[in-house]
This record gives sequence, structure tokens and C-alpha cells, in this order.
Amino acid sequence: MQASAVEIQKVNKHFGPFHALKDVDLSIPPGRVTCLIGPSGSGKSTLLRCINFLEPYDSGEIRIDGRLMGYDAPGRKMGGRALREMRRSIGMVFQQFNLWPHMTARENVAEGLIRVRGMSRADAATRAAAALAKVGLADKMDNHPSRLSGGQQQRVAIARAIAMEPRLMLFDEPTSALDPELVGEVLSVMKTLASEGMTMVVVTHEMGFAAHVADRVAFMERGELVAADTPAAILHQPQDPRIQSFLRTYHERNSF
Amino acid sequence: MFSIPVFLESLVPLFWAARYTLLISVGGIALGLVIGTLICAARLSSSRALRNFGAVWVSFLRGVPLLVQLLVFYYSLPLIGLDVPAMFAAVVTVGICASAYISEIWRGAINALPRGQAEAAIAIGMTPRDVWGRVILPQAVTMSLPALINELILLVKASSLVSVVGILEITRASQAQAATTFRPLEVYLAAACIYLLINLCLAALGRWLEHRTTV
Repeated sequence: MQASAVEIQKVNKHFGPFHALKDVDLSIPPGRVTCLIGPSGSGKSTLLRCINFLEPYDSGEIRIDGRLMGYDAPGRKMGGRALREMRRSIGMVFQQFNLWPHMTARENVAEGLIRVRGMSRADAATRAAAALAKVGLADKMDNHPSRLSGGQQQRVAIARAIAMEPRLMLFDEPTSALDPELVGEVLSVMKTLASEGMTMVVVTHEMGFAAHVADRVAFMERGELVAADTPAAILHQPQDPRIQSFLRTYHERNSF
Repeated sequence: MFSIPVFLESLVPLFWAARYTLLISVGGIALGLVIGTLICAARLSSSRALRNFGAVWVSFLRGVPLLVQLLVFYYSLPLIGLDVPAMFAAVVTVGICASAYISEIWRGAINALPRGQAEAAIAIGMTPRDVWGRVILPQAVTMSLPALINELILLVKASSLVSVVGILEITRASQAQAATTFRPLEVYLAAACIYLLINLCLAALGRWLEHRTTV
């Protein structure tokens, strides 16, 4: 069996008295799409943010390609340089896009290449243009984010992440802030990425995407990882009553 | 009767006096920006001692009137054996007072930025220096511009207070002139026009800067 791209073991996270992640175990296979689903506040986003250590976890282990994330040894946080080096190979896409409003689309994508990868401005501009073309925004390169629709902004954000040539992509509810008619263009870019064999972890409320694109679906509730299995097993023949109840609510909300 | 010739005549020496007004306000804002930035950095730092120092600095300097600060500073210097020109004392006091307000302007702008702006840069692997220099500060400066121009205009007007330490800026010059000409209305109206002119120019400069930096 192939080694995991991300191996999560017994991870715990507290926000003050609130126990946000409870002994979470999950392995993310390389080259596959893993969707994290579950009700709001179940810890999906927190778990995702622990993977690139935007949120430090309290105990347990998260290993990226075998290397412990965020700590040199249990209880001893790694230095800034080592942490940045690990983050370079992990792309992240946020619910609110988080594009930098004072830069054009192309500058948003080129900034990391220049500052983090040390590329020349000219090379970075070329690479940025290629990444934007890949997400279908070749003609919007010189626009500032305020001149782009939500769907276009999110595609720029994806281009910004993939231009860094990450080995792993994290998506934190990438379509939740979008108008319904703009969701499709973002999901289609993500499907293309998936078909190219990118390792992806996607926190989502898009059950359609989870059903059709994911290779594995993990269900979380109240900080616990309830089950992780194939989309069919989780979404069509769920055994756990918590999953059944979540899906029932989902179907009720989406029927009219 | 209001005399237009007297009004026009008093404009000339007051324009000359305006150079002190400008020197004090521009010098004050420049010094205030430097100290204010350091104080803001202290207030946002992870060291509790620095944060407390910054908080005390801001509350004291905001809590005491500039006029009183000027008098205290000016009369305390000889005590420690320093004989500095009144102009120097004025610029330093105005600058220190402005630093309290400017540090709060910075802090407000930085805190108003969505957390995700920095997170996107951190997630990509940027150094703290680049996160600040490329993402946070450029946006904070743009957001702060209206408040900073506001502060500069307040300083131009507050500079009239330094007349108490004997500097012949617009206000003191107009008082002297009113006393010699016995035409206070014309003279003070001329002073008002010069203040207004300076501040209208600063407001225009502010609009120009804002236009250049907003996207």
C-alpha cells in the first residue's frame, strides 16, 4: 500500500474550554480527493487548518509525506524557517478568497513566486499568466480583485496556490461564499485539478461534488471523525445515525 | 467699517509667519509618524511590557492638553540643563503628542484588516517581514490616509498653541499686528483666510493621495 500524503493521528485541539478536535485519526491518500463533510462547528475547517499549521494542534501527530507538521518533537514547535518550508508545498484556498486587494490578479499570483520561491519578476509574471490561463482567466490578469466576480476571485485564489506547485491542496469551503450560479465554474476548476492527480482535501457543503469527485469522504461531528470511506458508503449507505440525520437535514433543505 | 486695504496689507506678514506654522505641523507629523509607528509596533508586539508601555504612552499624551504639554516640556528642559530653541521644543512636543494619535490610527487600520489577508500570505510560506511589508502595511497605509490627513490638519490648527512659547507663527503674529494696527477684525480675518488656505491645500493633497492609492 502507498504511503499517505497526510497522516493524522490522535489529533486534539482546544479553543479555551472548547474541545474542537477529539482524537482525530485520518489518512489522506496521495493523488486523491478527500472531502470533509459535517455540520457547522463540527471541526472540519479546524482540522484542515491544522494540516498547514495555521491552527496549531495541541496533541497528536500530523505528518505530511512522513514529516511531522509544526513540531520538531512532541511539544516543541518548529522554527519559522522550517515551518515556512513545509507550507511552501501546501496550497490553501479560503472561503473568503483572501486575495490581496491592492494587487492585480497577476500580481496576486506572482507575489508568492517572487517572495517565497525567489523567482525573478519576469519569470514570476510568465508563470502567473500560465496559472491564470489554466483557471480560465487569461483575459482578467490585470484586473484588481474588486473588478472580479466571486467565482473569478476564487479561481485567482486557486491559481495563486497552484502556481507554487504544491504537492497538496487544501480547500476551506471554497464555494460557500459564492452566489449559486458561480459555484459551477469553481468546482469545474477543482475537478480539472483532481483529474490531474493533485492530492486534495476539501471541506465542503457541496454533496454533489463530494459524491462525484471525491475518492474518500470523511464525516465529522462535534470534533470527532465519525467515519471515512468511499463516497457511496458515506453518502448512500451511511451506517452511523449521525450521518443519516445530517444527510436527511441536507436533503430537506435542498428540496422544494 | 471693515477696511479691505488693511485686510490685504495684513496678509503679507501673516503669510511670512505661516512658515513657522507649516514647519511645526509638518515637522510634528513627520516625528509623530516615526514615533507613532514605533508605539503601534509596541502595542501589537507579543511582549507584555512593550504593550503596557505603548498603552501608557497613548493614554497620557492623549489625556493631557497639548498646551499644557508644551508648557511642561518647555519649562522642564532648563531644569535638566538643556537650553534648546523654542522652535525645537515646539516641534518635539507636537510630534510626541501626534504620535499618540497616529499610533492609534495605525492600530485601528491594522486591526480592521481581515485576518485572512495575513493568513493567505502565511499559508503560502511568506516570512513575517513580507507578510507585513507586502500585505498588511500597504493596505493599512491606504486605509489610514483620510485619518492621517485629518491629523495633519488638526496639527496645523493646534500649532497656534505654540505661540505660548514665543514663536511668531500665524496666530501670535496676528495678535501682535492687531495690537499695533488697532484693526483686530481685519487682521484676524486675514489669519483665518491663511489657515483655511493651508488646510484646503492639505485636503486636496489628501484627495490626490487617496485617488492614487485606492484601486
